[in-house]
Amino acid sequence: MSTEPQSASLRYDAVVIGAGHNGLVHAGYLARAGMRTLLLEQRHLVGGAAITEELLPGFRFTTFSYAISLLRPEIVDDLDLVEHGLMVLPLANTFQPGLNGEYLALGPDADANYHEIARFSAEDAEAARDLDHLIARLCVALKPWMDRIPPNVRSNDPADLEALAELRAFMEGLDPEVRALGERFASSSAAEILDETFEHDLVKSLYASSGIIGSMVSPRDRESGLVWLFHKMGEYDGSPGSWGFHKGGNGGFTQVLARACEAFGGEIRTEARVRRVLHEGGTVRGVELEDGQRIEAPVVVSALDPRQTFTRLVDPADMPADLIEHLEGYKYQGSASKVNFALSDLPTFPGLEDKPDLFRGFTNLGPSIDYLHQAFTEAKEGRFSRRPFIDCCIQSTVDPGMSPPGKHVMSCFVMYTPYQLAEGTWDDQRDALGDTVQETLEEFFPGFSELVLHREVVTPLDIERAVGLSEGNIFAGELFDSQLFLNRPAPGWNQYRTPLSGYYQCGSGTHPGGCVSGGPGMLAARQVLRDAQAGA
Amino acid sequence: MPQSTPFQPRLSGLNQTGVWKLWAGYTVAPAYQHSISTEYYAIRNSAALLDTSPLFKLRFAGPSAETLLRHAMVRDVGAIADGRAQYTCWCDRRGYVLQDGVVLRLSSEDFLLTAAEPTLKYFRDLASDLGIARETVQDVSLDYGILALQGPLAHRILARLTDAADGLRYFGVTRCAIASHGVILSRTGYTGDLGYELWVPREGALPVLDALLEAGRGDNLTMMGTTALKMARVEAGLLLMDVDFRSSRHAWVDEQRETPAELGWAWMLRAMERSDRDFVGRGAIEQELATGSSRWTTTGLAVDVHDYERVHDEAGILAPRHEVYEETTMSVYRRSETPWDYAGYATSFHYSSLLRRPLALAKIPMDLAVEGTEVDLELTVIRRPQNVLARVHGGSFFNPERKIAVAEGVQNP
Repeated sequence: MSTEPQSASLRYDAVVIGAGHNGLVHAGYLARAGMRTLLLEQRHLVGGAAITEELLPGFRFTTFSYAISLLRPEIVDDLDLVEHGLMVLPLANTFQPGLNGEYLALGPDADANYHEIARFSAEDAEAARDLDHLIARLCVALKPWMDRIPPNVRSNDPADLEALAELRAFMEGLDPEVRALGERFASSSAAEILDETFEHDLVKSLYASSGIIGSMVSPRDRESGLVWLFHKMGEYDGSPGSWGFHKGGNGGFTQVLARACEAFGGEIRTEARVRRVLHEGGTVRGVELEDGQRIEAPVVVSALDPRQTFTRLVDPADMPADLIEHLEGYKYQGSASKVNFALSDLPTFPGLEDKPDLFRGFTNLGPSIDYLHQAFTEAKEGRFSRRPFIDCCIQSTVDPGMSPPGKHVMSCFVMYTPYQLAEGTWDDQRDALGDTVQETLEEFFPGFSELVLHREVVTPLDIERAVGLSEGNIFAGELFDSQLFLNRPAPGWNQYRTPLSGYYQCGSGTHPGGCVSGGPGMLAARQVLRDAQAGA
Repeated sequence: MPQSTPFQPRLSGLNQTGVWKLWAGYTVAPAYQHSISTEYYAIRNSAALLDTSPLFKLRFAGPSAETLLRHAMVRDVGAIADGRAQYTCWCDRRGYVLQDGVVLRLSSEDFLLTAAEPTLKYFRDLASDLGIARETVQDVSLDYGILALQGPLAHRILARLTDAADGLRYFGVTRCAIASHGVILSRTGYTGDLGYELWVPREGALPVLDALLEAGRGDNLTMMGTTALKMARVEAGLLLMDVDFRSSRHAWVDEQRETPAELGWAWMLRAMERSDRDFVGRGAIEQELATGSSRWTTTGLAVDVHDYERVHDEAGILAPRHEVYEETTMSVYRRSETPWDYAGYATSFHYSSLLRRPLALAKIPMDLAVEGTEVDLELTVIRRPQNVLARVHGGSFFNPERKIAVAEGVQNP
């Protein structure tokens, strides 16, 4: 904690703005490299959208993000995260209830899953194996490109030209089957791929949810293909596409990152909102806090989203017009909300009252593509879905520290809830959304409402207000091909640098993108350190 | 929840070990009694009964069933007479093996197939490609249980229940009634011994099992678990998917895929030259044979008994001989001037109590695959690598006349 007088000028090697998980990872890497690093956070706690809050005594809520999959394994090793308390508990199951008593209860055993899906269709069960395997192969092939600084298409630097040639050679060298699937994801909607692969609605819906998570797209929109692939890029202990809970929620994870950062000598200051980034003659000089304090540093890194990075922290007039113009077209359009519950007991699904491990994973409420599309259609008209898609997680089933014994916390990720409402404001509609979610849960799990001890509703507006993510987009910008890889956040500016020398970006609005991956923070650090070395 | 085979209600009471494992999602017994050797010797000296129901079972029926199978399979299903069976494999378009299995031809338009992995959709998609109705292929996995009755007394036991096995030749198929239930009977098995397999309709599972156990009571008919079966199959030189090879379908890279020739199944390809039958993978296989591009082949290795003893004697321990069955990778080296000259690897290892020697199934380069060629097989002796002499041994290690004999009662030579 800082005790410096407000007007004093401080000097650091690097200042990182925003202690979300990417800011923490980034600051950790810079501190580890020996840079005197200061990480600034506007809120009273670090974590950004990866926090755990005790809103009711004994009940710990993952207010925003709630699971981990894409966390880059090298970060764990590089930053000694295990030593600082990293523990990721497996989300071993997926429960996909239907509305007519049907359900799919899948687990980690491929043969058991075959028989579960074969209750509906033996062909679907077989097709699921093929698809899972092919997706895993594609993800493994793409992984090296996720973990490197992408080439810059606007550059004539020999290194970039070489990287682009390497990229072309990589695409051409891909196994034809794998490549065809990659092209399919890039050019087709999730629904098109699913209609071609499966015959049963419930099986399709099981996969379709990956194609819409956090994105203002219908499973019938072309963009859903790529969103689906993105969500499969992760792993749990080398098991592709699998997810886990961090002990103590995602806030437990960012606390681990904070300890790691401090152990390397990084300083973290909370309740320190940056008013603007200081620069002179095209070179960054430091930052100025809301309270007027100035901090000097030759390197300033924004972990905020592109809108904040390029139009709030600096005067857009100081930025190239074409970049600002491009970023005006960059889509946020937050579409997800969270409704978190404290429960007196586990919900029950009729007929499966005695299945204790049912909720030890994801529970997807969205039993058909029609259901998801209908939910989207309402959101497109500017109102939240009256029968929303809900992804429920009850972390307390595997992590007893999350709730008092026998009681539970249930995190509900809700789609679609458009940031931009056609009528009224989210402040007026917050409770109505909570009611709708509760009614939907009641439909799937009769008696649910009687279990509710407490309810917290977090709308896109709340996400924007609390975390600073523009329009409440959880990924710091949609995961569309026009906003990924070579284009994230803008062509020519996808290598973590900005038009100001010494000013960098390291948030989810940079490659590889959103989710609790730490990839942007890690790759941006690689760039900063490389530049520092080149300049030294 | 694990699946139960139709025989499970009876078998659960017969397993004295308390140990179960999963096979394709079904609960099965690795052994029914603590002495695996006892189960093994029942196969070789009396008769043993195995529940092999977890296999996937497909029916190909209708006017286009033969056309589809002739296109799908590496061996020519058209060459199977009604009432005959054929061991075969099927490949992808690049000539890599997808699976192996046995085709039973019940009649000109009615076939059954067993497979280790789900493959209904694969064959139906192939049917669609050929303009054949998808319904030609049906998954009948849940309609039948399968029992394998194996061993020298298998016929004698069966003859107490039906005369259908009399005169039934090796790889013959017939229908019969046992305990008033219609059963499809084939003279096939996975032990390399005299034996039969019985497709029992689900509802007849327990009565048929009970009838067999009763019929075999005086002849030491013994339930066999999967371990005894697997010991027997190594002696028979029979490969096991996911142990000795994996399906091309879910492989990650070509190094994990194998062609029929690379699996030592060149014999399946012999008839190919005599016809122009178009089957999946034919082009690639023809090219492989023409250019000699096979990367390796799969063969048996007979370990030199004296050398096996020696390496253990020198270490001061007894050579392991009791119930040794391993599904691990063991390196194979060329015996040359270069020490540790890597050549390939074994995938299954078994000390045959009957044949009194260790056996392995291994992948080696084609030039070494000459009967009797000496290689080194890397064992682990007190946790250290130790090479022992082994000799290439094609085909089966154990091949009693009774397996294929037409007449009943041929004894072990």
